Amino acid sequence: MRRLETTLSGIFLGTLGSAFVAASAFAEGTGADGSADGFPDPAAGWDHLWKEVLTDITVIGVVFMIAALYMLIKFRAKSPDQVGGGRKLTAAQAVAWALIPASLFMADDFFLAANGWTQWNVQRRVPANAMEIKVTGQQWYWSFEYPDGTETDQLVVPIGQPIVLRMSSDDVIHSFGMPAYRVTEDVMPGRITYIWFNPDKPMDTVVTCREFCGMNHSVMYTKVRAVPQKDYEAWLKKQAAAG
Amino acid sequence: MSTPASATLPHHTGFNLKEWILTTDHKRIGILYLIGSMAAFGVAGIMALLIRMEQAQVGAQLITDPTQYNRWLFFHGAVMILAFLIPGLTGFAANYFLPLMIGAKDVAFPRINAFSVWLFYFAIILALLSLVIPDGPDIMWTGYPPYSVTTMANTSFYVFTIHLLGFSSILGAINFLVTVIYMRAPGMGWNQLNMFVWTTVAAFVLQLVFIPVLAAAVTLLLFDKYLGTHFYDPSAGGDVLLYQNLFWFYSHPAVYVIFLPAVGILFEIIATMSKNRIFNYKIAVYGGIWGIIAIGGIVWVHHLYVAGMPDWLRLGMMVTTLLISVPVGLLVMSLWGTLYKGAITYNVAMMYAAACLYLVLVGGLTGIPLALPSLTLHLSDTSFVHAHFHFIMALFSAFALFGGIYYWFPKMTGRLADSKMAVVSFWCNFIGVNVTFWPLFIIGLEGMPRRYWNYEMFPQFQPYHEVATAGAFLIGIGMLLQFINFIYAAINGPIAEDNPWKSKSLEWTHCPNPPGPGNFPEDVVVDENWTPYNYNTD
Ligand code: HEM
Ligand SMILES: [Cu+2]
Ligand SMILES: [Cu+2]
Repeated sequence: MRRLETTLSGIFLGTLGSAFVAASAFAEGTGADGSADGFPDPAAGWDHLWKEVLTDITVIGVVFMIAALYMLIKFRAKSPDQVGGGRKLTAAQAVAWALIPASLFMADDFFLAANGWTQWNVQRRVPANAMEIKVTGQQWYWSFEYPDGTETDQLVVPIGQPIVLRMSSDDVIHSFGMPAYRVTEDVMPGRITYIWFNPDKPMDTVVTCREFCGMNHSVMYTKVRAVPQKDYEAWLKKQAAAG
Repeated sequence: MSTPASATLPHHTGFNLKEWILTTDHKRIGILYLIGSMAAFGVAGIMALLIRMEQAQVGAQLITDPTQYNRWLFFHGAVMILAFLIPGLTGFAANYFLPLMIGAKDVAFPRINAFSVWLFYFAIILALLSLVIPDGPDIMWTGYPPYSVTTMANTSFYVFTIHLLGFSSILGAINFLVTVIYMRAPGMGWNQLNMFVWTTVAAFVLQLVFIPVLAAAVTLLLFDKYLGTHFYDPSAGGDVLLYQNLFWFYSHPAVYVIFLPAVGILFEIIATMSKNRIFNYKIAVYGGIWGIIAIGGIVWVHHLYVAGMPDWLRLGMMVTTLLISVPVGLLVMSLWGTLYKGAITYNVAMMYAAACLYLVLVGGLTGIPLALPSLTLHLSDTSFVHAHFHFIMALFSAFALFGGIYYWFPKMTGRLADSKMAVVSFWCNFIGVNVTFWPLFIIGLEGMPRRYWNYEMFPQFQPYHEVATAGAFLIGIGMLLQFINFIYAAINGPIAEDNPWKSKSLEWTHCPNPPGPGNFPEDVVVDENWTPYNYNTD
């Protein structure tokens, strides 16, 4: 009877604890917001979420690894005839050993899901003032079309304004990956996909193709430059004149 | 429970090639699968070394034409999964040991079993041919259209390879499910089965349910490419994403076809070497193994997080994917618990098992960020993904399989492998996988794409690639030593005792090394107190 009671209260506490963790995660999740200029920054949100997840999995990994190492060392056989002393669990213990870990894992899952969900909404909700650029993938280069109709083979964007890319492909599937802005999305024939990002400081980076698209997949990349508004306008004018 | 004298059985006498080719004995069929899958591993492993040499530095190292690299990569991925791990774990290990563990004399349909292994060999030959034909497939093991349809390469070789292997696996699945249901030794209840039996039963259920979907996906590919249909062609009303959905609807469960039997082998090694009962057996079986089967079919969209799926679906599958941690966690609790208060003796099999406890943590936990669409939005198709799936699928399962080979080596050959050489090759492999794959996590976070032979846009990654390549060669040395050891010991190794690890499982207690035709000298009967793990009776 004693044993049953301890078991049941363990289950109860475990479940309660996990519900609490999940609830607080949702509460925290809804409060999260972003940058000073009025819309959250998806890249900063990514870094924040990554740190959280990295901490989470590191803690779990270290705890389990220490437990494994401890047992692997501690429970070495003292003599060749020794047998293990693991006991048969009672039904209540068996269930408790399932429900308590399961509710802890679930609590962590829901915690991460809630935070992932919040970040996802930031990543997918395009700010109303975003500037739209059309992207086309082709074997094996990228092309960009600006609001004024100018077409280029590099992505140059003004800082201080969110940018949304509407993307499609002329042939096979490609994937538009910009590590500096923490975004990737596939680019397909017959469909339009999108990503948005927030260039907030001048920076020269690259976009590479992330979906295997044939012979020159590995060299399907181009420059991405975030520049001050004035430089952007001057650049665009020059491109328009050249094109 | 007497230890049988090896002399009471009719033994196979000498080596007779015809006998081997025409065999219907599940053990010989198992050995044929083992040889085939190890040959596949060898060739695909050489491809891995070529790939890593090419990636060691920026720019071309070995190739004159990128297509060459793409063919190596296609071959490596496809063969490692379809011709090494799945046949190694099910075709070899389940074939050989499942009937022994349940006390059966053979499988339910021995001739169908023989037919399955032939299909497997035809598939391997086809796969090898695809390396030497002038227009070999360059479509990656995933074979996504439209590229796989528009490429000049010969996609049909891959499609037919999948058909043959799929057919072979379905026949195998039916055969083994019937065997487990009807041919268990009298007295053997469901809760007395070995963990390895449960995990392979689950894997066979998955194969049976999901392979037809893969077969359909690639058959439509074949039609689109050679017969002018437009299933996957959006310009004619088809859908590019249909293929990816069908493909991953099979291929996600396929990772459990690889993962579960590997877990089963681990349970066998750990229970035997620590002389302990399985911790929380029923929960591990019904919650862990069958929990994975229950959710495993509804998570496939996590492979399509950046493929333009509807946002709500990505979020839904984020939750199901994260929830996989619950049954996997239960299996982990059981594995860890089986060590608790054990009486552990160490040998190479146990070293591989211990290494697997580490590999499953690294591989499993790095899957958690990838379960979140918000993080995958950056990590998708980077070398972070590559390192993750090598740890959890490739390395974890390969290590479990090699541990299993050492564990069952005396059973299969009657001999012992050289343990000094085995320990050296173990450390080469274990250090090698860490040196190879940890750098790829790091540069993956920085945006190193997968499937690149050249990374001139990221020259700063070169030192990491150099280290990874060195690690791969260390694995290469380890594997080479290991194979030399296996082959030499199988012919010349010292004779092993009948039950060298003092296991309680039927394959060790009731039949000689190696078992002759019919497996058991006397019919096996067990009572309700028997389990394969009753080392102590508390
Ligand atoms: C043991 C040593 C191994 C090494 C050094 C190795 C190395 C590699 C490398 C360098 C790549 C290419 C990465 C890229 O450029 O994207 C790769 C891809 C891959 N490997 Fe391995 N690998 C090993 C074992 C395995 C095993 C045992 C499997 C079993 C399943 C496996 C399955 C795969 C798959 C599925 C791919 C993806 C192919 C694709 O992108 O289509 N590998 N491996
Ligand atoms: Cu590409
Ligand atoms: Cu998956």
